Amino acid sequence: MKQLDLLPRLGIRALDVLRGMGHATFFVIDLMRNSLSAITRPFLTIAQIHAIGNRSLVIILASGLAVGFVLALQGYYTLSRYGATASLGLVVALSLVRELGPVVTALLFAGRAGTSLTAEIGLMKAGEQLAAMEMMAVDPKARVLAPRLLAGIISMPLLAAMFSAVGILGGYVVGVLMIGIDPGAFWSQMQNGVDAFDDIGNGIVKSFVFGVACTVVALYQGFEATATPEGVAEATTRTVVISSLLVLSLDFVLTALMFSAPG
Amino acid sequence: MGRKGVETLVGLFVLLGILAILFLALRAANLGNFVVGKTYEVTASFDNIGGLKVRSPVKSAGVTVGRVKSIVLDTKTYQGAVTMELEQNMLFPSDTSAKILTSGLLGDQFIGLVPGGSDKNLEAGSVIKLTQSAVLLENLIGQFLYNKAADPPETAPAPGK
Repeated sequence: MKQLDLLPRLGIRALDVLRGMGHATFFVIDLMRNSLSAITRPFLTIAQIHAIGNRSLVIILASGLAVGFVLALQGYYTLSRYGATASLGLVVALSLVRELGPVVTALLFAGRAGTSLTAEIGLMKAGEQLAAMEMMAVDPKARVLAPRLLAGIISMPLLAAMFSAVGILGGYVVGVLMIGIDPGAFWSQMQNGVDAFDDIGNGIVKSFVFGVACTVVALYQGFEATATPEGVAEATTRTVVISSLLVLSLDFVLTALMFSAPG
Repeated sequence: MGRKGVETLVGLFVLLGILAILFLALRAANLGNFVVGKTYEVTASFDNIGGLKVRSPVKSAGVTVGRVKSIVLDTKTYQGAVTMELEQNMLFPSDTSAKILTSGLLGDQFIGLVPGGSDKNLEAGSVIKLTQSAVLLENLIGQFLYNKAADPPETAPAPGK
């Protein structure tokens, strides 16, 4: 009889997954509709940009600088084997602007801002604040979630741009000031190889997409968390795992779409 | 922290982000090197354009004077027709010749203009008639090997017998 149980159980799992996806889709549509109303109350969004963006600044800038340092060091060792150390600036700038900037920023963002969003909203739910809002005919999606979504979408591209810019400065410090590459070659090779629209524009589009993905995942997990301490803890963990996997897989798809087109 | 303080900090954050984007666009990319101001277009046909791309620089004596605007294949002559934008104040004689050159051994390709001696200048829509195609490394190696094989045997180092 045990074997017969397997098939229905599989069916239940599959239906669960499907139902979850449908639920999340409706949640996102609802959220998008409500985010228009958040524009009419800009201070709610501004306060959230402060919480999400400003407070992430330190970790983003420190990581960007460290990544720039390491890229320049590793790049120099590899390039010096081919006598092409003048292209160090190009290597550092392209890898930061195209890939590392958006992706690492999104991963850090999921860990730094995503978790705090999930925990905050999960605790609001556990403390029945969201239910109380609904009792007062205030839609928690419009009042609580929408400003956070907008703030996430605005903050992420700015953070990614700062990450790349600081990373390039870090590469300059190691490459030019410490190793002694010619600064003219460093910048001119970079300027010849990096395209403002194809590389930087696509990098910004990427970080915008990641901003939407990370924030929506964090808000959904918080909003749907089981209203217990364990439930909130579990939802926070899920936020990090799902956002990270989503960012990496979206990055692959976006890179394939953006950079493999015949140019 | 009051509302004013939060707003100021967020303003700083956004400003910093915009500065970062500007830094990337102007310092790391080539947006600063755009041909600004008025330009005029001239065309030239090449037997082979090699690795020339749209927005490759057009240089004269090593100084950038314009950019490649478009590259199409002329199906009448089967030559690559290159349209380039030159800065308005950069005037060249009408018998100027255009070459496709490579910066360094493996660098990007660009168009080099060598001015002629004519009294008239190139105007918008002019065609540069004297052109020299890109040098293809493959052809060069092929030619070299072909010449080597055609050499009479006595000039080759005599094998030790």
